[in-house]
Amino acid sequence: MIRIALLVAAKDLRIERRSRVLLWQVLPFGVMALVLAGLALGPQHAGHSSAGPGLFYLVMLLVALLMINRSQSIESSPGTKASVATLGLDPAGVFLGKALALMVELWLMGIVLLGGSVLLLHTALRGTLSALPSVLVTLAALAAAGALYGALSGGGQGPATLLPVLSFPAFAPLLIAGERSFSATLHGGTIWQWWVISLVALAAYVGVGILLYGVLEES
Amino acid sequence: MSTSSSSPVVALRDAVVLVSGFPLLSGVNLELEPGSLSVVTGANGAGKTSLLRLLGGLLALSSGSGMVSAIDLRTGDLRELRRRVGWLGHEGSFYDDLSTQENLVFAAKALERPITEIPSVLERVGLARRASTPTRQLSAGQRRRLGLAWLLLRRPELWLLDEPYASLDDEGRMFFDQLIGDVVEAGATVVLSAHDPLRSSALRPRTLTLAGGLVVEDRS
Repeated sequence: MIRIALLVAAKDLRIERRSRVLLWQVLPFGVMALVLAGLALGPQHAGHSSAGPGLFYLVMLLVALLMINRSQSIESSPGTKASVATLGLDPAGVFLGKALALMVELWLMGIVLLGGSVLLLHTALRGTLSALPSVLVTLAALAAAGALYGALSGGGQGPATLLPVLSFPAFAPLLIAGERSFSATLHGGTIWQWWVISLVALAAYVGVGILLYGVLEES
Repeated sequence: MSTSSSSPVVALRDAVVLVSGFPLLSGVNLELEPGSLSVVTGANGAGKTSLLRLLGGLLALSSGSGMVSAIDLRTGDLRELRRRVGWLGHEGSFYDDLSTQENLVFAAKALERPITEIPSVLERVGLARRASTPTRQLSAGQRRRLGLAWLLLRRPELWLLDEPYASLDDEGRMFFDQLIGDVVEAGATVVLSAHDPLRSSALRPRTLTLAGGLVVEDRS
């Protein structure tokens, strides 16, 4: 399972490095969304508003939906699906590989957009750096849930509007926990309960994905 | 190989495949011997691709019975069956953003086959000079050759080729005919779908004509 996971993750990341879809299409979209969020906040609220973490995760959600669709569309051509199916890959390994690649991509995107939120939303640099571990855990859970729900919504062949609808119940608690944790780091407050939610969600989605990804592939 | 030389590689009895209630195959009876070459012909929508997909474990049997490579299509492990067959579709069959070689390395590693075989396989299909070319830049004929390279690397016991001659020039057809002849001679079973009969006089395939999801003619 681990061997297949590493193979699939390396393949997805190589395809991304080659195609640069995330770099030239998704990242500019994320930066544009952050700029608009900064403009919406206005200069009088900059640095004082508690909206920064929420806006950061809102932008991450939009970006993540694009990235999940992209991750699934790599496999969606009928010929590719059939050829890869005849390799008989362990579905648990495929799920872990897709989730791993998505996690790396989300981490890179998250780090860039965190920098963007310091510049554009004027979140405190020190607080933002302190929030980085919780952001990475939240994004890892988002990647696991995204790999699962991406396959559930049709594996890149279903309508693009299906993924946000299907994944909303799964993503909402993750995003709330991430935002609360980020806010608590910036403005003070207890954060351990939000960490627990994120970590439990990460473990749950990885477990469910390992068990059910094969069923989703077959269907 | 898990099948003995005496038992058929493919045995279908009244095989029916329904998708959303629509019959793609309506009761196919078929036996294919190891080391045989069969060409499935028929009009568009006759069920050629569906038959190949059923044999590859890519479509589920709705009723009837079937054994392929000693695996029961109703109760057996279809994932294991898929590992035993090689599929070449008429659509693109690869990751377009990977190079020719990277696609083959992915397949070889997935199947735990030595990647040292890749250069010789690329040489065999005439793509040695295209090893680092992204697959999306290959012509239709070159993509077919890459598909063959993928299969040569895998050495499946059952080759399922869905319209392999589509958009090939004469040289490409001759190359395919020769390679298929070699593969059959080596003991593999080949089933291919085509609109036209094979041109090569060296190949003497069994020709199955499908219409409405049924085998309506069987000529050896």
